[in-house]
Amino acid sequence: MSSLGGFGVTWRKFAKGFFANEEIVTTEYSAGTRLRQARPEAAQIAPAARSPRPQPLRGRHGEVHRLRAVRRVCPAKCIYVRGADNDPADPTSPGERYGYVYEINFLRCIHCDLCVEACPTEAITESKLFEFSFTSREDAIYTKAELVVDAQTGKPQQLPWEDWREGDDEFTSGWVRATAAQGDADYVGRVGWSGELGYGVREAEKGQTAETPWQPAKPAADNGAHGHGH
Amino acid sequence: MGDPLYTGGIGVAVVLITLLKVLIAFAFTLVATMFMVWFERKIVADMQHRIGPNRAGPWGLLQTLADGTKLFFKEDLLPDKADRRIFRLAPILAVVPAFLAFSVIPLGGNFDTGDGTVSIFGHRTFLQLADPPVGVLFFLAMSAIGVYGIMLAGWSSGSKYPLLGGVRATAQIVSYEAALGLSVVAVLLVSRSVSTHGIVGAQSDRFLIDWNLVVTGVVPAVVFLIAGTAELNRPPFDLVEAEQELVGGFNTEYSSIRFAMFFLAEFMNTVTMSALIVTMFLGGPSGPTFGPDVLRAWILPLFWFFLKLVIFLFVFVWFRGTLPRLRYDQLMDLGWKALIPISLGWLLLLATIRVAQSEGWPPPVAMAIAVAVLIAGAGLLSLSLRAARRNREADAKAYA
Repeated sequence: MSSLGGFGVTWRKFAKGFFANEEIVTTEYSAGTRLRQARPEAAQIAPAARSPRPQPLRGRHGEVHRLRAVRRVCPAKCIYVRGADNDPADPTSPGERYGYVYEINFLRCIHCDLCVEACPTEAITESKLFEFSFTSREDAIYTKAELVVDAQTGKPQQLPWEDWREGDDEFTSGWVRATAAQGDADYVGRVGWSGELGYGVREAEKGQTAETPWQPAKPAADNGAHGHGH
Repeated sequence: MGDPLYTGGIGVAVVLITLLKVLIAFAFTLVATMFMVWFERKIVADMQHRIGPNRAGPWGLLQTLADGTKLFFKEDLLPDKADRRIFRLAPILAVVPAFLAFSVIPLGGNFDTGDGTVSIFGHRTFLQLADPPVGVLFFLAMSAIGVYGIMLAGWSSGSKYPLLGGVRATAQIVSYEAALGLSVVAVLLVSRSVSTHGIVGAQSDRFLIDWNLVVTGVVPAVVFLIAGTAELNRPPFDLVEAEQELVGGFNTEYSSIRFAMFFLAEFMNTVTMSALIVTMFLGGPSGPTFGPDVLRAWILPLFWFFLKLVIFLFVFVWFRGTLPRLRYDQLMDLGWKALIPISLGWLLLLATIRVAQSEGWPPPVAMAIAVAVLIAGAGLLSLSLRAARRNREADAKAYA
């Protein structure tokens, strides 16, 4: 009976994990400072035990420069922004205004990526880091200085309390957007994502065309095709 | 019959031995619950390619203790709209019957060559806290009272999700209590006893062959296991606390030690239900014994009992790791249209065989007639189910 076959599956997985200690995909944490002091070897053991992350995972936010729209769009109300005028002689960012105060409260953030969607200048992206543990509220609220990417390498900064492993900062772009079925039909199969933080634009994958000049949709055809009123 | 400890009058020694038993039973249920929580998390972790608790104590064994301590120091919230008295009463109503139900389970005693007694300080006694003449009914009563805890918790929280959880709990337990009871009746029929000690005694002559699992023909044991899982509100029957639908179900508004009590009761009931299955269908502590009296009366029966117990604990965890939660109509269908007819039919079959034996009817003829009647009954049932569905679909079409 196929409905009972599931018992076989769970039994096999259980036996592998229990008797052979195989196929464990979760991370063994290097744990807190106290454990590291008590067992220095714990920090060494942990990285090997970690499995590769699936690529389209959303985690901690990376680069941030400006924009209020991202604050408005945040469903968890975790982003606090206060803008200031750019000095025309020495602008901090393109545009008239820049983020004077920019804080993200990771006690509230649900990693929905809506802020990434909202930002027209692609100033905010998410890394794959999603495992947080803080010892104080201050650590959980990331300020602009902590969120901004490194000016030289373009990579997100690793903060002292964050548990990073090799490769955790790769594949940080929101490439899901480019291939999502709900996206604009004109861009199906076309590479439309921005660069990875510090790694440049990713190569096109199977079934996708590499960077091609964007063709704006024809206005006449648009009316008929989508059917919404004037 | 009854515990020989109380036949010779009540003295100081008897009272002390009873107190010792109470203490041991209490401590055992607590430790077993702690173990069960850890066991479940570890096993499910292995099934899901995870590591599971491994920080507190060796292999994470003390994780439950750590969680319990943490819960104890959390803020105890009481919602404004809650019915205060009942809100406070509900967790106690859940946890006390869970303790009491365990008291009728025989844990050991020499059933192989003796009468299931052990000797404590020169007094012969059963290795169970109490052996009421209606032990199995006592267990059913206690598990039914435990449902009041859940139901009242949902009702008194003054919040919609707990209420839905409470309503679900009531309907589910009512539906499955019947199937559970009918499979219990099958056991009582073949064991000729309602006391748990008597049921184990009736199964202890030969290994495996005399166990009720075989004597009643497996079906009541399977029905009991399924209905018991539903009675425990464990996956795949955990609609009472379906996280995806009801936040946390009946315990949504509970926090701190009150929440811990529900948690404790749930796992304690799991342990007790496994122990009852072992008692009713697998001969409890009976099994092959050998060697000196200490080995015969104490160590080996306890070993057999706990071996069987752990197997069933594993089965409950296995269910959880494997089966997705049932939809509500599937739950009701399974209870009313499958388990109750099956266990009722099987009970009638067993009763017929018993009567045929005592009346001296030729067994093949009696069996053939009984099976024919059952098949006819099953046919009628499926016909009526089909007719009901046809009517329902016609109604749906008429209103559409």
